[in-house]
Amino acid sequence: MTTSKTKPNKPVAEKATTKEPTNKKSNGKTDKNSIAKSASITPLLEYRSVSKSYGDRTVLKDINLTIPRGRIIGLLGKNGAGKTTLIKLANDLLQPTSGEVLVEGQPIGVVSKEQISYLPEVTYLDKTMKVHEAMNFFAEFYRDFDIEKAKKLAKILDLELDKKIIKMSKGMQEKLQLILVISRKADLYILDEPLSGIDPATRDFILDTILNEFDENASLLISTHLIADIERILDEVIFIDNGKVALQSDADALRQKEHASIDEIFRKRFRSHL
Amino acid sequence: MRQQNNTINQGSELNFNFDNERPIYIQIVEQLEAMIISGKLPPSSKLPSVRELAAKARVNPNTIQRALLELERKNLIYTERTNGKFVSKNLARLVDSREEYIKNRIAEFVIEMHTLGLDERELIRIIKEGKKS
Repeated sequence: MTTSKTKPNKPVAEKATTKEPTNKKSNGKTDKNSIAKSASITPLLEYRSVSKSYGDRTVLKDINLTIPRGRIIGLLGKNGAGKTTLIKLANDLLQPTSGEVLVEGQPIGVVSKEQISYLPEVTYLDKTMKVHEAMNFFAEFYRDFDIEKAKKLAKILDLELDKKIIKMSKGMQEKLQLILVISRKADLYILDEPLSGIDPATRDFILDTILNEFDENASLLISTHLIADIERILDEVIFIDNGKVALQSDADALRQKEHASIDEIFRKRFRSHL
Repeated sequence: MRQQNNTINQGSELNFNFDNERPIYIQIVEQLEAMIISGKLPPSSKLPSVRELAAKARVNPNTIQRALLELERKNLIYTERTNGKFVSKNLARLVDSREEYIKNRIAEFVIEMHTLGLDERELIRIIKEGKKS
């Protein structure tokens, strides 16, 4: 693979064009306008030259990323690539060694926590609580939590409000967490591996729920290694490899360029490392 | 609740099939185009909302939006402010697009056959032979 040969000394993100490949003539103008417009708007989330090290082990190297509003973005990478670290930095759970993370131009802090609804990889719920108690807890904690919506989704996804979390299967617990997180009215939803413990049938159902409930002014950043399952709902993909942004691109532009699915492109590119 | 008369209420019949190897929005354009040209989505009928189509196709609303813009550019659909999107009334245009659609499909086919090493003469000969038999 020529791509993997050149990759190690190429830390810069390869920005594929977001221009639509067809109809060049008719919307040349609007393209320019929309680019100029989006450039003048502060991105929802921005990483500026962010690095993170633990002692002499570097986990993230000079990350530069911007996440605009109204997009569903896949943060894709193998286990250990740095996805979770990247996400934790946006949620004030880690501090960068250098560089800065900004939410609407402001440093991470009290305000950004209200703007971001975050689903961690590992559960943080008190498992002695019942489902409805967890909902009340969220309602107290987050002003933007819509408890009626949470109850509605729980019903759709077959969760009993009276059940203790500890008595629920892992998949059920993950469903509950996801419901809690998407029932907030946030600007940015960050889901870290939301589908890993969930069976394929429920996975479709959850993706449908995410699509149906998604507010078009918000953005959704989903980290996963199960690319094939979710690639269809993504506007944009970010490949993280070895602590670096290997690629950020519009999903359809990338398919067009490589004549392959995102899943295949990802596999091909990182095959040598597997 | 009853839907409006001329709304496409056979929403469940709007089936999409995707191949992840090609841009999804292009496939949506092609499939909606085929539904319009075949009359499955009749002239002047109202299209489902972006959100409904996204749910139906299980894709991102932005992808649907992008596809609808393309259909609008091709004059196959039009937007009525506040009312939504409708299939074009102009049948002549639809006929044009039908021809364009067929030409495109044939062009794709011819290219595919080229990659198999068939030139146009051979291709035409095979098509004619196929017809006879």
